[in-house]
Amino acid sequence: MRLLTHNMLSSNIKGVTNGFPLRIEVEKVVEKQVEINHDFLRNIFPKIDWKAFFDASRVMGYAELPEEAPEPLVLESDLEFLRKFHHALLELHLEEGALVCPETGRKFPVNKGIPNMLLHEDEV
Amino acid sequence: MSSRPELQAPPEIFYDDTEARKYTSSSRIAEIQTKLSERALELLALPDDGVPRLLLDIGCGSGLSGETITENGHQWIGLDISQSMLNVALEKEVEGDLLLGDMGQGLGLRPGVIDGAISISAVQWLCNADKSSHEPRLRLKAFFGSLYRCLARGARAVLQVYPENLAQRELILSYAMRAGFAGGVVVDFPHSTKSRKEYLVLTCGPPSLSTTIPNGKGEDGESCSDDESSGDEENQTVCISDRHRPRKKQKINKRGKAREWVLRKKEQMRRKGNVVPPDTKYTARKRKSRF
Repeated sequence: MRLLTHNMLSSNIKGVTNGFPLRIEVEKVVEKQVEINHDFLRNIFPKIDWKAFFDASRVMGYAELPEEAPEPLVLESDLEFLRKFHHALLELHLEEGALVCPETGRKFPVNKGIPNMLLHEDEV
Repeated sequence: MSSRPELQAPPEIFYDDTEARKYTSSSRIAEIQTKLSERALELLALPDDGVPRLLLDIGCGSGLSGETITENGHQWIGLDISQSMLNVALEKEVEGDLLLGDMGQGLGLRPGVIDGAISISAVQWLCNADKSSHEPRLRLKAFFGSLYRCLARGARAVLQVYPENLAQRELILSYAMRAGFAGGVVVDFPHSTKSRKEYLVLTCGPPSLSTTIPNGKGEDGESCSDDESSGDEENQTVCISDRHRPRKKQKINKRGKAREWVLRKKEQMRRKGNVVPPDTKYTARKRKSRF
């Protein structure tokens, strides 16, 4: 699971008011190289919750991202930033670990890169 | 005709390792799924600006539809309830991220983050009450509600479905509308029992030019409008056509297979979407006895 997906996922448990962001527990991180696409990065940037993204990248062991979200204009010209953004968003994979609901502490296990988001009967 | 999969077992049990295997080994299944995915992407009507979007693949299964999305240059997140099917997707090393989850429990995605959603042959599974705690209506409500929320303004969802009957189709549609979606049903090849395919094309946000629903495919793959449309509101065309079963018993001339009968049959085949040689002066001409 990449941080792109993590940034979109929220806890769906009944009664939870704010299930975003899910805390990451890392057991195994894998890096997979992927071709960079500037258009995609510029398009997705406004949708990214930067704080959650920054915190998650730190947990995954990547410390190159700036803590403050840059101005959108930065994306037009700063190739170095785009490279770091691309790396953290699309090239870091959580292979084994868990996602934790911020309110209930319930763990969603991650195996082979796939988070198990199935809710139990009483959580629906 | 074999029973519908939806009537045999819940999806997480029906799609076990053996069934999942078929999705890698059967070229026929792969071909059909790919065609459906391409058509769904077409109906998604994403802007043609070369910018990759973030799409959702609901019921992504073995990743066949996801691969089509990748081929079209977009990023995607796939959701499926069957671990066996997702394992096949893992083997294929698909580009999209996979989630093990139940769409009837809600999609669990942040509001407004998805640029488009497709679903191939999956949503009708919501209509089955597999567990006593499953109420199909609640599941449909959770699914469509969460889908509507996670889509960006102006985004579309295209759901290719196999409803069991008219009642199921109406049920699915009504919950989509209740969630706030506008849109309608596009039917390709409505006259053929085999080739007929239904797509729910749902739009988010205010009605505009972008929410006009395209026509379904008919003869020779060209666009044709359906025979019956019901509930024609502004940008809310719901075209539902009943299946026109081709007459099984053709009146055969006592004199044998006359030209008129042959021409009629050829027309029928064309309407089904088959490739038929053109009608010429040689059609149904009496051949020499040795043929």
